[in-house]
Amino acid sequence: MERQITRVGIASVVLLLLVFAQLNRLQIFAAEEIASNPANSRRLLQEYSIKRGEIITEDTVTIARSVDTGGRLRFQRRYPEGDLFGHTTGFYSFLFGTSGIESAYNEELLGESGVISMQDIQDSLFGSGELGDNVRVTINSEMQQIAREQLGDQRGSVIAMDPSNGKILAMWNNPSFDPNPLASHDSQVQKQGRAALNPNSPTSPLINLATQRGYPPGSTFKVVTAAAALESGRFTPSSTFDDPTSYDLPQTDATISNFSGGTCAGGGSITLELALTISCNTTFADIGQKVPGEIADMAEGLGFNSAIPFDLRTEPSSFLEADEDNLPRRSLSAIGQGDVVSTPLQMLLVAATIANDGEVPRPRLADEIIDSEGIVERFSPETLGSAMSTTTANTLGGMMRNVVENGTGTAAQIPGVVVAGKTGTAQTTEGANPHAWFICFAGPSGDDARIAVAVIVENGGSLGSEATGGQVAAPIARALIEADRNINGW
Amino acid sequence: MAVRSPARRNSELTLLIIALVVGSGAMALVALARNNDDRLRIAAPLIATVAVGYIGAHILIRKVARQSDPLVLPLIAGLNLIGLAAVYRLDPEPSGYGPAQVVWTAVGLLCFAGTLIFLRDYRVLARYKYILGFAGIVLLLLPLSPLGATINGARLWLRFGSYSFQPGELAKICLVVFFAAYLAERKELLAIASRRIGPFHFPDPKHFGPLLLMWGISLLTMFYLRDLGSSLLFFSIFLVMIYVATARIVYVLFGMVLFGAGAMLGYSMFSHVQVRVQTWLDPFNPDYIQGDSFQLAQSLFAFATGGLFGTGWGQGRPDIIPEAQTDFIFAVIGEELGLMGTAAVIVVFVLLIARGFRVALSCRNDFGQLLACGLTAIFAIQTFIILGGVTSTLPLTGITLPFMSFGGSSMLANFILWAIVIRISDQNASEPDPARTGEILIGGR
Repeated sequence: MERQITRVGIASVVLLLLVFAQLNRLQIFAAEEIASNPANSRRLLQEYSIKRGEIITEDTVTIARSVDTGGRLRFQRRYPEGDLFGHTTGFYSFLFGTSGIESAYNEELLGESGVISMQDIQDSLFGSGELGDNVRVTINSEMQQIAREQLGDQRGSVIAMDPSNGKILAMWNNPSFDPNPLASHDSQVQKQGRAALNPNSPTSPLINLATQRGYPPGSTFKVVTAAAALESGRFTPSSTFDDPTSYDLPQTDATISNFSGGTCAGGGSITLELALTISCNTTFADIGQKVPGEIADMAEGLGFNSAIPFDLRTEPSSFLEADEDNLPRRSLSAIGQGDVVSTPLQMLLVAATIANDGEVPRPRLADEIIDSEGIVERFSPETLGSAMSTTTANTLGGMMRNVVENGTGTAAQIPGVVVAGKTGTAQTTEGANPHAWFICFAGPSGDDARIAVAVIVENGGSLGSEATGGQVAAPIARALIEADRNINGW
Repeated sequence: MAVRSPARRNSELTLLIIALVVGSGAMALVALARNNDDRLRIAAPLIATVAVGYIGAHILIRKVARQSDPLVLPLIAGLNLIGLAAVYRLDPEPSGYGPAQVVWTAVGLLCFAGTLIFLRDYRVLARYKYILGFAGIVLLLLPLSPLGATINGARLWLRFGSYSFQPGELAKICLVVFFAAYLAERKELLAIASRRIGPFHFPDPKHFGPLLLMWGISLLTMFYLRDLGSSLLFFSIFLVMIYVATARIVYVLFGMVLFGAGAMLGYSMFSHVQVRVQTWLDPFNPDYIQGDSFQLAQSLFAFATGGLFGTGWGQGRPDIIPEAQTDFIFAVIGEELGLMGTAAVIVVFVLLIARGFRVALSCRNDFGQLLACGLTAIFAIQTFIILGGVTSTLPLTGITLPFMSFGGSSMLANFILWAIVIRISDQNASEPDPARTGEILIGGR
């Protein structure tokens, strides 16, 4: 019988080896495929068993935190400030995924990134409920409040930056959304919460107007045109242009007229500096024909035509150089109409670049990653390249000061503060009121700029058809500059 | 011979201590993973109880089975303690499965001791073969009596107050003893092919009678009890033992045809058999992943999540698998210890099974050989059926994983089973068997 026993023994071992082979498939080769099945709730349960890090503002106000529910999904996300930071934090939802900082810094918030600390090792050995890292954003909560108050119930966007390092100081859009319903652990509440935000509508509050909505930049774009003109070396602030009542668009019978309907400076001629100060359309329509390639290059150098690198998703702004067959577009583009589309963030970057001696600062929303033992990572300023020479930037900055001191942007004046800006009143679709724009930067006299701001109030806001960028948008920017000055004491 | 025994026992002790250290370490880690200082204080006496129990078993072996195989007890301890840690991890509450499993381990060790003390010569078992065979059938049928209870859809249980017991686990030992004794007596007759049907030679049907009867009864019972795992187990052991005894592969082929027919019948008759096959073929089908295949799919998720190294004790979510503490305990190990853990467990099972067959090979009489081989084989088949089931190598049939699953009946039965194997190995080494010469002369092999 020995032979049979040996055979049975071998057969038994072979059967168990079959199981071992299957285990190799389950645990190694097909593991990822099997584990990623949506019916596997482990990853979800695992993720929700981690006390996700907090998101805090520059001034240490908690804008997202996790609370222990003791339920099956242990920690629930709460957003104590409601809709104030909706587009900054984004949401954390098991049905709809993540957005905003919650998405961009998901790994950090879950504590899965970067350096493995002693605490991490202890966590994983003893399973003491893992702890994610906190994320500090660059936004100051007071500035954010003021942006919301200033915009009020007008649709639009207010975004401010420190031009020297790209830190976003405030980013408020109306409409915004409260992320709390989306982070509910009741899937019914989540679904209803999302449905209420009309996620597929072009006016959905989920859209971050500052980074995702393209608008015609209108006259604020004249800053870009002026920069190209100066940078070309063919023009200076005192270069003179004709001052007609209207500009005849080549190849057509159409004309471009000025906002007032008449000439800009009483006929005769007008300097480039004055043209910018009073936002003279005919002058810039003319420049559009003279340096079309330079304008396109300048726009691209400032970030147009590609998504601006940022912590949040950005839609690219667009500026395309018109070819010889479409000369009218060159003029229209030069005054920020026609096909030019820009996000508020892009126009903010234009102002910030001029404030920053021609270097384009990379906008940043996350400032630090902080774990339980202190700071793990602090983001350092980066530049996206040089868009113009320091000379051009400084000359243009001086021209923009003139806009605020003597031109269309006087509503942004602050005693004792140097404010340089540009207004815009951008035509939209036929019959709709124009958008009111203001971009600017400001700082103490004789010192570097401390803040750059871009404001857009859709369709003129409360003033409607009567609105101009100078009347509606500039005061909002001024309030932010004053707030920054008070907070940081400059 | 007598000179060798202390060395054997000393290596047994050394190996046992290693197994106890590894097992206690696992228990301690589980307790610590709960991040509660009290846990370790609660776990400590449990660990101590088990350790004392195993050391006691070792001392007893030194006294009553001093020549026995030194690897069996340490291997059992290894399996048992890892299983215990896994059960304890699932439910460490004082009234939960974890502490209860410690009690069952203690009871199992007592049965192990009792078997070794009272069964001084395994050959006496052969004398009671018909009684044991009858007892086996009665045990199998008992749950159908008013004492029976249905748990999880199968009527396999006896309930006494708050305790339930699965008599089928003990029945398997009784039936293996009966098969071994019966086959040892008749194997020559069974091996002689006096009838010829087509190309096949068959022995006289009268020698088959009792065996077929036994098989039929156990099989019918199992179908009636709706326990596919046990049905498969009894059928396989029957085939294995008849093959070992007669060396005639024709029995195995014939048996497989019978099995195929039975399986087809079962498939067409019972919807729960169809469900088992369907869920095995496609466990992730969205139509039933939240229903019929939920348990199996969750088990596979557990293995996949564990990967190579596992999540670590207490870090996974094996509690999602329904009834993880019994049939699916291996998935708990798969999730938290990864392939490293599951491979280690399989290696220990392979070693233990190999020792069992070695005992069978070194035995010098037919009954002993058949008994050791049968007991080891039924242990191996049971292990394969459940490991194959939870890993989807086979269609899933509910059965316990020896020494690891939660449950008293299984624990008790497996301790008794291995006590008998230890007894056989002890007798192999200590007494030269005069029957051996006679056997060779008869030329039965």
